[in-house]
Amino acid sequence: MNQSELNNKLAQIKDKLIAFEQPAANRIYLLCESENAFVVNRFLFEQVPARFVIATGIDSDNCFEIIYHYSYDQTGCVINLKAFIRDRDNPSIESITPFLPAAEWIEREIHDVLGIDFRNHPNLKRLILADDWPEGVYPLRKEVKK
Amino acid sequence: MNKSIKKPVLAVGPFHPLQEEMEFFQLTVDGEIVTDIDVRISYNHRGIEKISESLQFDQVPFLVSRICGICSASHPLAYVQAVEDIAGIKPPERALYVRTIINELERIHSHLLWVGLGGHFIGYDTVFMWAWKYREPVLDLLEEITGNRNNYGNVKVGGCREDVPNELVPKILKELDQIEKKTDMLTKAVLDDPVLHARLKGVGVLSKEDAVKYAVTGPTARGSGLDIDVRRDDPYAAYADLDWNVIVQPAGDVFAKAVVRLLETFESIKIVRQAITKLPNGPVAVEVKEIPPGEAVGHVEAPRGETFHYVRSDGGNRPVRHKIRAPSYVNVPSFKASCIGQHIADVTLTLAAVDPCYSCTERLAVIDRHDKITHDYQALLKLSREKTALIKKELGLPGIKTEDLQIG
Repeated sequence: MNQSELNNKLAQIKDKLIAFEQPAANRIYLLCESENAFVVNRFLFEQVPARFVIATGIDSDNCFEIIYHYSYDQTGCVINLKAFIRDRDNPSIESITPFLPAAEWIEREIHDVLGIDFRNHPNLKRLILADDWPEGVYPLRKEVKK
Repeated sequence: MNKSIKKPVLAVGPFHPLQEEMEFFQLTVDGEIVTDIDVRISYNHRGIEKISESLQFDQVPFLVSRICGICSASHPLAYVQAVEDIAGIKPPERALYVRTIINELERIHSHLLWVGLGGHFIGYDTVFMWAWKYREPVLDLLEEITGNRNNYGNVKVGGCREDVPNELVPKILKELDQIEKKTDMLTKAVLDDPVLHARLKGVGVLSKEDAVKYAVTGPTARGSGLDIDVRRDDPYAAYADLDWNVIVQPAGDVFAKAVVRLLETFESIKIVRQAITKLPNGPVAVEVKEIPPGEAVGHVEAPRGETFHYVRSDGGNRPVRHKIRAPSYVNVPSFKASCIGQHIADVTLTLAAVDPCYSCTERLAVIDRHDKITHDYQALLKLSREKTALIKKELGLPGIKTEDLQIG
């Protein structure tokens, strides 16, 4: 697939997205609500198919964002899927690890540092926080001082 | 009753002073065959992503250069490419070439380091000593250009800190010839050695399907037949102007990964030689004022695979979020696919083949059901070496004491 074929392919999931942004030919941002993230992720990994790179968890002002980064290596295009988690009190999102084992660690890490629950994750135990780190303190949340 | 207590467990880790990472592997074994693997990381978590939010944009390269002493050119480069993308900064042509030179010198010394350690693990200590000896002049060149053997801190937003002085060009070309000759000798020794073929082929196989599922990158992916390389797929620095090849081997075993790294070293030498010959004149940095609000990703092919940075700016002088993914973060979990079904004597090597993991072996220990240590690191290293000796005997080759002949 070349870049315009890739764009057409991505258009197939348009109804699950809030927005489609392409600041450069090989940089794409897909925006969606957290409920649709699982379906779009599955589409990117299995249908496109793109290589999973990593996910970034961000504490934004009024929501949490998870950005799933994929790379479509044939055109060098980085596809970023941005999922918004609006419920700040009980943040949760469906885990993608069941079909994508490469995501196991990063979902555990985001669970550690931002306190986001990944539903149906097969092994959501601590990855990077020490065993004696206090429960309920999430170091990448804004209220935790640098 | 806790069922897991009844299974014999092989504990690998958590600390090795020679390597940059600390990891702890717990292998469940049935006899001498590994049946399950559990990994624990972050014994040395330094909170770099959080620290980065408290530093100014121009300070961050020096921080991320310290993520890893070996990949200390790749991390800052990925970061500055992201920031340059946000601000729309185009570094001068010469800076792109200098970046290419530094990053390829880094790959050469990193791959030679791996070859040496790989030799050490199977009892080829001469390979260990030689590979590290040949690596030394590369570090000297890096010191001469940047002022540091490691943690060069040579890349900054808008260009490079230090230039490659024109007077140094003949010396670099001369050293490259030497390194090429020595690497050629090492490579032939590995590719022609029947012992290494017998010892490394079919060991620790990561299939192409598993490589995709675990999203591995770098030589680990290319050794499993995945034809990916950021330098070619999403070109940065000066790679698109130069003539070089991506090395891919389909077998997925330890031998394939060794071949990928050795042949890649030649490609890196080729790249540095071309870059240094074509080095354009001009400045190595442009002035950078403010970083506007925005977000961007930057990725670089580090010696171990793709290094990926995501940066978000709100228009202030510090990043509001800086996500870093080092290649080992996706390469390490692939052990779940490559170690299961392996013999204990091959585990050190399989773990080592991905190249993050010498950290594990110093404290390698086999624990039986009474939590008593039955095999320590020395015993496991001995097991691995005994297997090499056995293969030599079967092939009718000289014993371990005359092994030096093998690479002469």
